[in-house]
Amino acid sequence: MKTLTFKQMVVGLLTVLVCACGGVTKEQSEVLSNEVESSHPQGQASVVDEVSDPNILQVAISSESHSTLVAAVQAAQIENVLVNTGPLTVFAPVNDAFDALPAGTVENLLRPENKGDLATILTRHAAPGSYDIEALKREASKGRRLYMATGDYLEVTVERDNVFVGGAKIIATVPASNGIIHVVEKVILP
Amino acid sequence: MKTNIISANILFLGLALLLVACGGSGNKGGNGALSSSIAEKVYVAPGERDEQYAFLSGGYSGNLTVYGLPSGRMFKEIPVFSQFPTSGYGYSEETKPMLNTSFGFIPWDDLHHPDISQTNGELDGRWIFANGNNTPRIARISLSTFETEEIIEVPNSAGNHSSSFITENTEYVVAGTRFSVPVPQKDIPISEYKGNFKGALTFIAVDQEYGHMDIKFQLLMPGFNYDLSHPGRGKSHGWFFFSTYNTEEANTLLEVNASQNDKDFIAAINWKKIEEYVNNGGGTKMAANYAHNVYDESTHTATSTMKKEVLTVNPMDIPGAIYFLPTPKSPHGCDVDPSGQYIVGAGKLSANITVHSFDKMLEAIEAKRFDGDAYGIPILNYDDILAGSVQSGGLGPLHTEFDGRGNAYTTFFISSEVVKWKLGTWEVVDRKPTFYSVGHLMIPGGNSRKPHGKYLVAMNKITKDRYLPTGPEMEHSAQIYDISGEKMELLYDFPTHGEPHYAAGADADLIVNNSKKIYRLDENNHPYGIKNPSDARIERKGNEVHIYLSTIRSHFTPDNIEGIKVGDKVYFHITNHEQDFDVPHGFAMIGQGTSELLVMPGQTKTSLWEPKQVGVWPFYCTDFCSALHQEMQGYIRVSPANSNIKLSWSLDE
Repeated sequence: MKTLTFKQMVVGLLTVLVCACGGVTKEQSEVLSNEVESSHPQGQASVVDEVSDPNILQVAISSESHSTLVAAVQAAQIENVLVNTGPLTVFAPVNDAFDALPAGTVENLLRPENKGDLATILTRHAAPGSYDIEALKREASKGRRLYMATGDYLEVTVERDNVFVGGAKIIATVPASNGIIHVVEKVILP
Repeated sequence: MKTNIISANILFLGLALLLVACGGSGNKGGNGALSSSIAEKVYVAPGERDEQYAFLSGGYSGNLTVYGLPSGRMFKEIPVFSQFPTSGYGYSEETKPMLNTSFGFIPWDDLHHPDISQTNGELDGRWIFANGNNTPRIARISLSTFETEEIIEVPNSAGNHSSSFITENTEYVVAGTRFSVPVPQKDIPISEYKGNFKGALTFIAVDQEYGHMDIKFQLLMPGFNYDLSHPGRGKSHGWFFFSTYNTEEANTLLEVNASQNDKDFIAAINWKKIEEYVNNGGGTKMAANYAHNVYDESTHTATSTMKKEVLTVNPMDIPGAIYFLPTPKSPHGCDVDPSGQYIVGAGKLSANITVHSFDKMLEAIEAKRFDGDAYGIPILNYDDILAGSVQSGGLGPLHTEFDGRGNAYTTFFISSEVVKWKLGTWEVVDRKPTFYSVGHLMIPGGNSRKPHGKYLVAMNKITKDRYLPTGPEMEHSAQIYDISGEKMELLYDFPTHGEPHYAAGADADLIVNNSKKIYRLDENNHPYGIKNPSDARIERKGNEVHIYLSTIRSHFTPDNIEGIKVGDKVYFHITNHEQDFDVPHGFAMIGQGTSELLVMPGQTKTSLWEPKQVGVWPFYCTDFCSALHQEMQGYIRVSPANSNIKLSWSLDE
């Protein structure tokens, strides 16, 4: 929702600018509207840095088994959140997890008009703070629930050596410069 | 009739101005700067970056500030000679040795003349050198980390002012004394100055791989005041030129007594000849005591070594290496043009600028045409070596830089202006006021074979009404001029920090790609560094407690510590386990008699705390590092000195 509002503001502002300048040529207004189209990634996600450790977004992009997640993040336009100083703990469902959803679910969510819903679903996979596996186990043993970026609380459970968050099993953990990624085998739905 | 003609002319001029203001500015509306597009020339849009770096001396701040040109935005203050709580420089255990001297720990100095390293007479962007004027020192700052990496004290010197200028391959960084002193120091009447005091000109060799500095030799010159200096370049490479005043050798009321001689000297030093002489065993080793402080990027730690000897050279022992060039009225600036042919002496009590010819100097030396000597050093004839004199029409010339297109620009302190003149014809082609009483000026690369002659920055001593008033003390003002055209154009005015005595600038491209983003944790060789937060621990050795502390968003490991006692010396060795650009963590402990520390990603820094009161005391991260920054804190329980509480530490137990 926030993103939509922002875009509306940009369009509004441009309209004002065009009115104020008066004599904007056709060529110039095309340039302006192109800027609107491409304006959303212009945030921290566009910072070029090949020296620091990869951040959560960069790790996800480099993982073949997360191409659906990355496509969803891009469709929801929340790239900048995943490169923010955070820290964030992201539970990243693999492609198979998205495939396991009822037929048409992902396609439907990727539609522009469902961007808000998609953003909410994805944000529900991110917890403010950096929780490595040991920290998650402490969540379970201390009976603390994990506070997610949407405001939901998820249960953390441990069965033998396996850690589950919101019922999704963690199958791998990858540290990132701005947090931690736990690869999970299913999408965590409300 | 005359009046009418004048009125008509004024009317015409007025109309012309109006036309220019309204129509002549293309499709832009508005008034003033906008109409003449001056604002556009300094406007760097949000997200865009400046064309050039400018490194301004901070004078009595002891530090170096980094600005962008043409925006005049300040990017950073680099601590050099002064303790700096913003980063913990000079407060952390690792950096305290940087400020060690033969006088002990000196927390401050007066930083004057930054100079960027050169190769073949062109800026190479490796390091920037700067001099401490008060307790004579030369610093080397990395243009990769933007940190001070090395400081060497200069013995037998005082008022280290004609410094820190480098030769054209950075073979040497040169430091000349402003105040002559007894060498070696001794307890004698001040009135015995004349003939007994010496002026040391120090040539410090620079290692080309790491930049490490080592005094090669000190030339013990007559007891004049050596004010400024510059290297020969191109054809005059191998020579160094120092302006002098107080050739009267006065020791009191210098404002009168050092202004008696019609001419003082520029000392021309053939350093290649002296280098050869000392390489062949020449010179005299003299006992000395001076500090050499080196910061190691791998251990993140500085060490200070006291050196006990310096090689001195008596000018009398190397005939043919040193000459005096008579120069009117207490010359201040001593600047060499990009070709190396002209040596410009700005007699600060003179209206004109004196330009000596390097070729004519060599001819006169060859022909042995001398006008006597001073302490055995031959004095050349003024008329023999003069290339020209700029009839400036200004008052109080100080400093000259060059644009690489055959023009020179000289500041005039008293008449508050920059004067542009032509090398060779000596004609004045433009002059623009400064606001007010300009000291030095800087053209990026203006002190090299290849100036980047687009912008000129004039650094003023007096600010008065330029900005909103801030009480009796105003920051010094600076003005940026566009010098790409025939006439200079004033673009912008910005406040500086401290007192900028000089500056060095370079194209951004030369520096941007070498700027470091993080320190690699796997390259951290700090003896108290830890590679992983799980290595965090506490060790007690008597009343010394070493806390190996980790920071990573957004917590300290450990964050609960017990078993500390009143009277302990507690060392926090903080390793920042981030590997992410621009994510430092800070550290501050309540009641600690030192500054906070700012620890860069991958770095380890140490803070000493001596708890004096029983209780439970918090510490916290001082840098808003993350969304959970406010949660980044810890507690330390301090028990009485005779307590039996065991040392323990934890995180989320």
